[in-house]
Amino acid sequence: MNESITKTIGVAFAVCLICSLVVATSAVSLRDLQKENKLNDKRIKILQVADIYNPDQSISEQFSQLESKFLDFNTGMIMSEFNNYNIDEYDQILVTKDPNLSSKIPQSEDIAIIKNRENVGKIYFLRDKMGKIDKLILPIRGYGLWGTLYGYISIEDDFNTVSGIEFYEHKETPGLGAEVDNPKWKSQWKGKKIYQGNQVTLEVIKGKVEKGDKEAVYKVDGLSGATITSRGVTNMVAYWFSESGYSNLFKELDYES
Amino acid sequence: MFEHYLNIFITTVFIENIALSLFLGMCTFIAISKKIDAAFGLGVAVIVVCLITVPLNNLIYNYILREDALTWLGIEGTNLEFVELISYIGVIAASVQILEMFLDKYVPALYNALGQFLPLITVNCAILGASLFMVEKDLMFTESVVYGLGAGFGWALAIVVLAGIREKLKYSDIPEGLKGLGMTFIIVGLMSFGFMSFGGITL
Amino acid sequence: MNLKRYREVILNPLIKENPITLQILGICSALAVTNNLLVTLVMCVAVISVISFSNLFISLIRNYIPSSIRIIVQMTIIASLVIVVDELLKAYDYETSKKLSVFVGLIITNCIVMGRAEAFAMKEKPLLSFLDGLGNGIGYSIILIAVATIRELFGAGTLFGYEVLPLISNGGWYMGNNLLLLPPSSFIIIGLFIWLIRSVKTEQVEEDDFELSKHSTSPDLTKREINV
Repeated sequence: MNESITKTIGVAFAVCLICSLVVATSAVSLRDLQKENKLNDKRIKILQVADIYNPDQSISEQFSQLESKFLDFNTGMIMSEFNNYNIDEYDQILVTKDPNLSSKIPQSEDIAIIKNRENVGKIYFLRDKMGKIDKLILPIRGYGLWGTLYGYISIEDDFNTVSGIEFYEHKETPGLGAEVDNPKWKSQWKGKKIYQGNQVTLEVIKGKVEKGDKEAVYKVDGLSGATITSRGVTNMVAYWFSESGYSNLFKELDYES
Repeated sequence: MFEHYLNIFITTVFIENIALSLFLGMCTFIAISKKIDAAFGLGVAVIVVCLITVPLNNLIYNYILREDALTWLGIEGTNLEFVELISYIGVIAASVQILEMFLDKYVPALYNALGQFLPLITVNCAILGASLFMVEKDLMFTESVVYGLGAGFGWALAIVVLAGIREKLKYSDIPEGLKGLGMTFIIVGLMSFGFMSFGGITL
Repeated sequence: MNLKRYREVILNPLIKENPITLQILGICSALAVTNNLLVTLVMCVAVISVISFSNLFISLIRNYIPSSIRIIVQMTIIASLVIVVDELLKAYDYETSKKLSVFVGLIITNCIVMGRAEAFAMKEKPLLSFLDGLGNGIGYSIILIAVATIRELFGAGTLFGYEVLPLISNGGWYMGNNLLLLPPSSFIIIGLFIWLIRSVKTEQVEEDDFELSKHSTSPDLTKREINV
C-alpha cells in the first residue's frame, strides 16, 4: 500500500507543502527583525568607536547624531550624493568587486593587502552643538594572519589624534590576534598621534611601550604572540592614512576651516 | 589571474583545510579512517562531489536565491536566501544519487571502488559546509570551481594522512581506555594544531 | 504505560550510549563552537530542539512514509526545522548567530539528527521518539558544555564572559592557557573524556585488531623466532 506511485507522490507533495509553509512563514515574519539586527550590528560598533554608545537607548536614535557622507578618495572631496545611491544602503566593501566603482591597488603600494580600494567611501562626522567637527569616524581594513580585519577608527578634530578603534569582523587566532577586541588594548589607542610631520608614524610595536619613551605617543603595545596581526594593524593604519587613503580628505578639511 | 586561482586553491587546501581547520565532515573522517584504501576511496568521492556541487550551488545562489537575483527573469525585489539550506542539501542529495546511477551504468569499475561511499556523502557536512562557506566568501563561478576542488582535495588529503597514522598506530601500546576512538581524537587534535602553522601564508 | 522504558530512552544516551563519545555522531559542530560557553549553550538548545521535534514529526507520519523516499522526507523535515531555528536565532540573538555562522545550518548534516530519525523515530511511537531525541540532544550537550567550560575557564579565565580567574594581562594572577582557546584543543579534551568514560565503563573499550606478542625478558637464543 505504502509503495504505490500515487501515494509516494502524494506524501512527497504533502510534506513539501507543509514544510514550505512553515519555512516561508518564519522567514517572512522575522525578516524585519533580522534586517534591523544586521543594520544595528555595524551601527553599534560605529557608535562605540565614536564613544557615544549607550546600550539603553534606541540605536537608530543615537545613530542620527552622526552625519554620514560620501568621500571621493582620489580628490579628498566630501559629497552628499553619489550615483543615486542611498547613503544608508551604500556598501563600500561590496563595490570593491565592481571594477567601475573601485580601483586596483598596485602591488607595491598595497601594504594592507586589500587588493582593491573603492573609489568612493562612506565616512561619519560627529559634530558638536555649534556644528563644528568633533570627531571623524573612518572605516579601515587590512589583512592580518587568517584574513582581513574590518574596523573603524575615530579621529579628533586635529585630524591627527586617535580617539578610538574597533574591529567588527576578523578571523584572528583566539587568545592571540583576537585580542584586538580586548578593551584594555583598544583603550590605549586614545590620544595616540598618527602623523609626525607628514609621515604616518603610528605603529603597533613588538612588546610594550616603555615608560618615558619620547615617541610613546606614536606607539601602541604589541599583541603578545601575535606579531603578524600587530604588523597587519600597523600596515592598515599606514595605508589608510596615506595619500591613497584619508590624507587627501584631511588636507581638504584643513583648507575648508 | 592564474595566481589568484592558485591562491584560492592553496588557501582552501592548507590554511582553511575543511577537515582540520574548519572541522567539517568529522563523523566520516573518524569512522572511515582505519585503512588507507578506504580512506583514499572516500577522499576521491568527496573531491568529485565537491567539484560538482559547489559550482552548482554557486549558480543557484547567484541566479536564484540571492537578493535581487531574479532580475534576469524580470522579477525584482526577491530574496530567497532563507531556502538556501534546503536547496543546497537537495542539490547535494540529487547529484550524489545521479552520480551513483551514472557510475553504475557507464563506469562500473569506478562504481565498485567508490559506490559504497557515495551514500555516506550526502550526510557529510564537509560537502554542505563547502557550499555554505562558498556563499559566505561570495565567490564568482570560476572561483567556486577552484574552491570546490580545493575543499575536496584538502579533506581527502587529511583523511588519507590520518588513515596512514592510524595504520601505524596498531603497533603501539596504548592505554586501554584510550584505544581506538580516544587516541584518534587526540591525534586529529595534534594534526590540526600542525595545520595551524600554515596560517599567515599569502601568495 | 511503561515508565521504565521512558526512563531508559531518555537516560541511556547521557553517558552510557553517549552519541559523541560512543557513537561518534555529530562531532563536527562539537568542535568549532566550544570556545565560549554562551555560544555553546545556544548551539545546544538549537540541536536539542531540532532533534526532538524532527523525531516527533517523523514518528507521527512514520506509517505514511513510503520507504523509497524516506531519506529525502526525513531530510526535508530536518532541514525545515533547522531553517526555522536559524531564522529565529538571526532575529532574536544576532550576536550569537553571527558567531555560530554556518554551524547552525550544518545541524542538518549532524548525523545524530539523521541517525535518530532513521534508527528510532521510524519505528517508535511519537512521545517515545520525542524523549529519545531529547535524551540524545542532552547527551550531546553534556559533552559540548563540559568541553566549553574547560576551554573558557582555563583558556580565557571567564565563564559566560564573566571573569572567574583574573588574567595577568588584566592585572590578575592567572596565566590563561592559550592552547585551550584554539579549536583543535577540543579534540584532545574529547579524547580525554572518552578515556575517562571508558576507564569507568570498561565494556566500551575497543578490542585490538590483533595482539602484540609479549616481550620475553630473557631471550631464548636456542629457539630462533622470526618476528615480523
